[in-house]
Amino acid sequence: MAAPTVAEPTVTEAARVDASPPAARVMHGRATPYLFLLPYLLIFGVFGLLPIALGVWLSLHQWDFQLPNKPFVGLDNYADLFSADSLVYGDWWESVRATATFTVASVPLLVVLPLGMALLLNRSFPGRTFFRAIYFAPYVLGVAVIGLLWRFLLDANLGFVNHLLGLVGLPSDTPWVTATPWAWVSLVGVTVWWTCGFNAVIYLAGLQDIPAELYEAATMDGASTWDKFRNVTLPGLRPVLLFVVTTTILASANMFGQSYLITQGAPGNETRTVVSYIVERGLAQNDAGRAAAMSITLTLMLVVVSVANFRIFRYQED
Amino acid sequence: MTVQRAELSRRRLLGLGLGVGAAATLGLAGCGNDDEQGGAASGNGGKTYDGPKVSLNLWNGFTGGDGDIFKKLVDQFNGEHANIAITVATYRWEDYYAKLPGAVTSGNGPDIAVMHMDQLATFAARKVIQPVDDVASALGLTEADFAPTVWKGGLYQDKRYGIPLDMHPVGFYYNKTLLERAGLDPAKPPTDRSELEEALAALKGKGIQGFWMSPFQFTGGMTGYSLVYQFGGSLYNADATRATFNSPEAVEAVTWCVELVTDGHSPANVGQDADYLALKSGKNAFNVNGIWQVNDLKKSPEVQWGVAAMPQIGSKKSVWANSHNFTIVQQPRGVDANKVAGAKVFVNWLSQHSLDWAAGGQVPARRSVLDDPKFAELTEVNTLATELPDAAFPPAAPGIGDVTNLFYVAFNEAVLGKKSPKQALDDGVAKADKLLEDNRKKYGS
Repeated sequence: MAAPTVAEPTVTEAARVDASPPAARVMHGRATPYLFLLPYLLIFGVFGLLPIALGVWLSLHQWDFQLPNKPFVGLDNYADLFSADSLVYGDWWESVRATATFTVASVPLLVVLPLGMALLLNRSFPGRTFFRAIYFAPYVLGVAVIGLLWRFLLDANLGFVNHLLGLVGLPSDTPWVTATPWAWVSLVGVTVWWTCGFNAVIYLAGLQDIPAELYEAATMDGASTWDKFRNVTLPGLRPVLLFVVTTTILASANMFGQSYLITQGAPGNETRTVVSYIVERGLAQNDAGRAAAMSITLTLMLVVVSVANFRIFRYQED
Repeated sequence: MTVQRAELSRRRLLGLGLGVGAAATLGLAGCGNDDEQGGAASGNGGKTYDGPKVSLNLWNGFTGGDGDIFKKLVDQFNGEHANIAITVATYRWEDYYAKLPGAVTSGNGPDIAVMHMDQLATFAARKVIQPVDDVASALGLTEADFAPTVWKGGLYQDKRYGIPLDMHPVGFYYNKTLLERAGLDPAKPPTDRSELEEALAALKGKGIQGFWMSPFQFTGGMTGYSLVYQFGGSLYNADATRATFNSPEAVEAVTWCVELVTDGHSPANVGQDADYLALKSGKNAFNVNGIWQVNDLKKSPEVQWGVAAMPQIGSKKSVWANSHNFTIVQQPRGVDANKVAGAKVFVNWLSQHSLDWAAGGQVPARRSVLDDPKFAELTEVNTLATELPDAAFPPAAPGIGDVTNLFYVAFNEAVLGKKSPKQALDDGVAKADKLLEDNRKKYGS
């Protein structure tokens, strides 16, 4: 008999709340959404906002956490990035160029190739699940594994890739990892092989969300395959496309492991990326102040790119 | 009831020990944090330890075959010392050096840390490790017990921070099968420039590229480093305030390396480790590589190889070398005198047992062990021990490792043909001088 007695007042109370004057309802409701948000807000605050704030704080100091004096240097760390005679100027801009080169070369491939793969894997044919798994497989490997694997495969003198090329009569002495532009070809190629399965899976999910009726209707109207792709598939994928483009740009701009392991920045420091340089300065050389200034500058650059990206997609929508 | 009594007394003893330990800690804490000598001054410097049982953490970067030998030695030590228990943690050197300062600051660091000689000054300046002068004096260790170069390398600002365990120079590895094929005597590897160049010409006659030059620090850069000193140059001036690796001697040395490629004694674009792998697989006749490869080559009995002291290519003998040192870590949460005393006993014990360590492919630092007839039985390691009077260790200045890396980058650009040797080294020195100045500002020396 306990259940009804408990349930009853709840119902009446709910009814009463509904009937009560707006002021009371607001009083009741005001804290509720925030309480629901609180757990996430705490986590985001501690592991998201606080580190960002600390990063800004670090970037205004000459900071080695082990040394007793961490003098405040104002914006000097930022000024260093833009004054040609500073210690880090040359290396910083060389690394920015490396990251930009990699991003510009890899993003189009990582957006287009997986889309093609997803279209193929979305058709029904025997062994479809097997192929889906095969194309996704490299993504589950860690960067250390793929890095070492490809460093040996791509070795100019002992590597299997050059050996194979030699067998079919192509030049067998291409310096895949020690000279540009070949090093870029390798880094982009390895990254595409490694991560395109991930983007393909996202596209697949997007493709399955497009209602089949739209294709049916288009077929009735006499649309060709290309028409259907242009006018049904692409518009249907727009939100997915925005997601893929944005995350791929961010992932490429944060590239680190591949160049760290496969080319080791060679030749010279030409393929050392921004993140690689930040890690080197901040963690290996204990120069957290300048490293933080670089991180924040990189973040601002990526914010600009992402905003532009969203603008372009919205423009298309209009 | 004897048992009970014994137990009781042991417990009392323990309690007493703890009390003494706590008192010592309090006393030391009273001295203030600036007194770095406090910890190391306790105990009798490592001759013996008969206090209560202590457990100590030791960190090292011995991830290769040397790690197993080190663990065996530690097990033996633990067996012989009932009141000291050492626990070993091993990390890759790169991770290890990045991890150590944070761990020490947060109070989770080890008690003993193994460290390369060129890192000592940096970690001393950053107050991660503490002076061990008293260990050296209590154990009666002096320069006479060690090779002088390695003993001096443990000093920073006139205080000793490391007790040397071993030294590891590079050596000259050669593939005997290839030498025979070129009509050369496999028992007599080249010892100087003319012999080496003749051998290379003979190998080239048989279509063999005899001396693969890697553009990377391991180990082409280390070959270049050795040759800079052989040609009479130096990476830095005497007090390591300026970089000098663009001197005419250094340019000549790096040019010699680059010409191996342009003269066809080495393929271009040698990848990381490809020089060594090519030696093992019978494609490369000569490779300058670390003493640590001896044990790796022994695993491949099908390879006919030998190792000799580095040939004298310049005007004098010289080789790249580094050294593993024991250091005692600072404890921000207060010093436990017993732990420090136990740590010293271990350092002393292992230093005396470094002959077993030599089997791991390292040259022991102690002279007494070097002169031990049993060491002579370790043929290859013993061969490379003769190089030690000529070892060119890096100078003891905080942050110097990062500056030396700039030499390796310049070397990389030169060997890959991105820049002429002179241009690459000039650019490297310009950057290195800026970094040295930055380090001076930072570490205030």
